[in-house]
Amino acid sequence: MELGPYLVLATLEGAVMAAVLALTACGLSLVFGVMRVVNVAHGEFFMLGAVFAWWIASHIGGAPAWGFVAALILAPLIVGAIAAAADMTVLRRIDYDPERTIVATIGLLYILQQATLMTYGPDARPVEAPFNTRIAIPWVEWTEAGWALYWPWGVATTSYKMFVIAAAVAVLAGLWGLMTRTRIGLLMRATQLDRDMALAFGIPVERVYALVFGLGAGLAALAAVLIVPIQQAHYLMGHDPLLLSFIVVIIGGLGSLPGTILAAILIGLTDSLVSVFFSPTLAKILATLLVALVLVFRPQGLFGSRAS
Amino acid sequence: MSRVLALHLGLVALLLAMHFVLPAYHHGNLARVMVLACYAIGFNILFGYTGLLSLGHALFFAAGMYGMGLAITQLGAAPAPALLAGLIAGLVVAGITGALALRTVGVAFMIVTLMFAQAGYLTILYFGDITHGDEGFVIQPAQRVLWGLDLSDPSWRYLAAWALFSACLIASLALVRHPFGRTLTAIRENEERARLLGYDVALRKWVAVVISGGISALSGAAYGLLFGYAGASFASVQYSIFPLLWVLLGGAGTVLGPFIGTLFMFYLIDLTSGITTAYMLLAGVVLVLLTLFAPQGLVGEVRRRGWGWLP
Amino acid sequence: MSAILQTSGLTRRFHGLTAVDAVDFTLERGEVRALIGPNGAGKTTFVSLLCGRIPPSSGSVRFDGADITALPAHRRIRLGMAYTFQITSIFSGLPVAENLSLAARGRDVSLSAALERVGLPEREETLAGDLSYGHQRLLEIAMGLVQSPRLLILDEPTQGLSDAEIARFKALIRDLAGETTILLIEHNMSVVMETADRVTVLNFGQVLAEGTPAEIHANADVQAAYLGTGGAA
Repeated sequence: MELGPYLVLATLEGAVMAAVLALTACGLSLVFGVMRVVNVAHGEFFMLGAVFAWWIASHIGGAPAWGFVAALILAPLIVGAIAAAADMTVLRRIDYDPERTIVATIGLLYILQQATLMTYGPDARPVEAPFNTRIAIPWVEWTEAGWALYWPWGVATTSYKMFVIAAAVAVLAGLWGLMTRTRIGLLMRATQLDRDMALAFGIPVERVYALVFGLGAGLAALAAVLIVPIQQAHYLMGHDPLLLSFIVVIIGGLGSLPGTILAAILIGLTDSLVSVFFSPTLAKILATLLVALVLVFRPQGLFGSRAS
Repeated sequence: MSRVLALHLGLVALLLAMHFVLPAYHHGNLARVMVLACYAIGFNILFGYTGLLSLGHALFFAAGMYGMGLAITQLGAAPAPALLAGLIAGLVVAGITGALALRTVGVAFMIVTLMFAQAGYLTILYFGDITHGDEGFVIQPAQRVLWGLDLSDPSWRYLAAWALFSACLIASLALVRHPFGRTLTAIRENEERARLLGYDVALRKWVAVVISGGISALSGAAYGLLFGYAGASFASVQYSIFPLLWVLLGGAGTVLGPFIGTLFMFYLIDLTSGITTAYMLLAGVVLVLLTLFAPQGLVGEVRRRGWGWLP
Repeated sequence: MSAILQTSGLTRRFHGLTAVDAVDFTLERGEVRALIGPNGAGKTTFVSLLCGRIPPSSGSVRFDGADITALPAHRRIRLGMAYTFQITSIFSGLPVAENLSLAARGRDVSLSAALERVGLPEREETLAGDLSYGHQRLLEIAMGLVQSPRLLILDEPTQGLSDAEIARFKALIRDLAGETTILLIEHNMSVVMETADRVTVLNFGQVLAEGTPAEIHANADVQAAYLGTGGAA
C-alpha cells in the first residue's frame, strides 16, 4: 500500500501523544517557571493519576462513562493534594534549594513508585473508554474516473482519541485563562517574577508554591487519566512521560508555557513519524542527545529568545 | 604515623582480616560492597569534593563494565588488557561528556549528565546484537583468570576486591590532601574566589570529572570481571542514583563516607528485599530523610561532632 | 616611571546601559591610586574589566607592556594581579590557614607574617566563616598579600572595618607603597587623602578628573558630581 495513509495515521497518533505530552510537560514547566525547581517525581504523579483512575473506575458501577468521568475529576484532585502535601512537608523545609530539591524529589519518585508496587501491584490494568467508535480514515486515489475517495484497510482512529486531543486543548486553554485572567494566576506570575518582592507585597508565597506544585502534578495526573483507556495503568509507567516532559520543557525553553506546548507538538508528531522510518530506540537516543546539546549550547531553548 | 593514616590503614587491615572470619554469605556481600564503594569513591570526588552533582555516573560505570566485557567477548582479550580497555573507555567518555556538560552549571549540569547517561543506556539497548540489552551477557570463568588467579573463586574474588578498594581509598585520601585536591575543595566552596586566585577552574573541574569517571569506570570493569556479568541495568538511571545515595548517606566530602554509605545501604536493601519486592522504597525514604535532616551524612556528622580532623 | 597598567577606550555595556565608557587609564609602577566616584559610577565594573572577571565590550587592557585583553581572569592573576572583592569573598568553610595557603599557590611565603601585617590575630585553624565580618575582610587582604602581587586591586577594603582597623589599614598601605602597585576603590575620604599618590574620579562610567588628592579635593566638578548639583547646570 502507499505510504500516504500511514503518514496520516502516524500524524493522528502523534497528535494524541502530543496532546497528552503537552499537558504533562506544562505541569513540569509551571513548577519550574514559578518555583524554579525541577520536579523529578513528576512522572510518578502521572503514574498515580492512571492508577487512581483505574481504582476510581473500578469502584463506580454503572456505565463505564460514569467511572471515567469520576476519575477525570477526582484523580487529578487526589494527586494534586498528595503533591501539595509533599511540597509542604519536604520541599518547604529545604527552602526549595534547587539541588537538594532534585535529590529530595528523586527520593519521592521511589517512594511513590514503590508504594504503588506494594499496594496496586506489578500488573498493568486497563480503564474502559467511555466511548470508542472506530473512525476510518479516507484517502484519495487516482482512478480512471478521476480522483476518488476510498477507505484503506486498517487505517483508522477512534472517537476517543479525538476526544483526548479536544480535551487537552480545552484544558490548556483553561490553564492559559487561569494564568492570565484570574487573581490566582496574577499571584503566580508575580511570585515567578520576583519571590522576595512578592513576599514583601504580602503574597502568601508558601501557599502559592503548594498550589503550583499541586497544580503541576494535577495536570500530569489529568493527562494520565486521558491516556489510560489507550495505555494501561502500571507502576513503572511514569518513566517515559518524565523523560519526554524533560525533553519538551528544555527544548521549549525552561518555564515558558507557549514554548512548552509548541515543543510538545513537535516532539509528539516527530516521535511517531520517526518511528515509522527508524527504530524507536534510535529516535530516543537522538532526542536525549538533542536535549543535552540544547542545554549546553542554547540554554534558553530552541524557541526562546536569548535571555539577557 | 598520623591518626588519619592510621584510621584508613586500620580499615584496610580490618577488611583483610574479615576475609578469614566472615561466613560465606557476608564474605560475598562484602566483596560486592568493596567494589561498589570504589564507584562511590569516584562519585564522591566530583560531588563531595568538587561540588558538582552528576546524575549520570552510571554512564562511566557502564563504560568501564562494557569496555571490559566487550573486549573479552568480542575481541577475546585477556582480563588485564580488558580492565585497561574498560578504564580507557571510561576516561574517554568522561573526557568528552565532561567537556560538554561543564559548559552548564547547577541544575542544568545535573540534567545534561542525566541525559547523556540515558543516551548511553539506550545505546547499549540499541546495539543489542553484541550487548544483549537488558538481558546482558555472562563472562565465563575461563575468561576471568587474571595473572593465574581465578577470579570466579570466592577467595580470590574477595582479595581482588579488597586490593582494588584499598588502592582507591588510599588514592582518594592522597588526592584530597594533595594541593590539586585541595583546590577542588576551594572550587566547591567558592568558585569565583578560586578563579581570582589564579586557578584555572574550568580545567580543574574537567580533570575532576575525568578522575571521577575513571575511578567509576574501573569499578564497573572490576564488577563485571569479578562477578562475571554485564547488563544494561548497570547503565540505568537507578545506577546513577545509587552512588548519590551511598555518598549522601556516608557523608559527601569525606574519605570514609563512600564506603560506610555503600555498606549500610547494601545491607538495608538486602534486608528489605527479603521482605518486599519494593525494596527501592527504602532508598526513596532514606534520600528524603537525609535531605531533610542529615545533609552531612554519617561520617559528616561524626566530623561535625568533634572529630574535626577526619579528611 | 613606566606604566604597569594601561587601558585604552575600555568600554562595557549592559543591555543599553554603558557602565564603563571609553576609559583611558594609566597606572604607574609603584604608585598608590585611589579610584573614587558616586555609587553606580562604574568603579567595580572597571576593576572587574582589569582583572578579567567580565569581558569588555570594546577597548583594550595592557599589563606590564603586554596586551591582556583576551586573557581569562586566572591567567591575569598569574601574571601578578591580586584582587579583593567588594563583597568579602573567602572560603568560609575552610580554616584561615587553608585560605592563605590556597592564595599563596605554593609560593614560599610566611602565612603568619601576612596575618600579622593586616593585624589579624593568629587563629589559623579557625574556620574563616567563623571570623567577625571585619576580620574576614582583613583575611581577604592578607590573601592578596601572600600572592606577592605586582598590582593589588582592593575594592572598598575598609568597608565595615572599625576605626582602629582602618588606622592599621592606612599604615599597611603606606608600608606597601613602593613595594607594589595598588589600585584602591575607596569611599572613606580620610583613607584616600592619607594613602593615595593620585586619585581618579569616575562618573557615569567616564573619567571625570584625575590628580593628586589635594587637586581632586579642590575640583569643582568632583564636588558637583558628589553633591549631585550637576556641574554643567
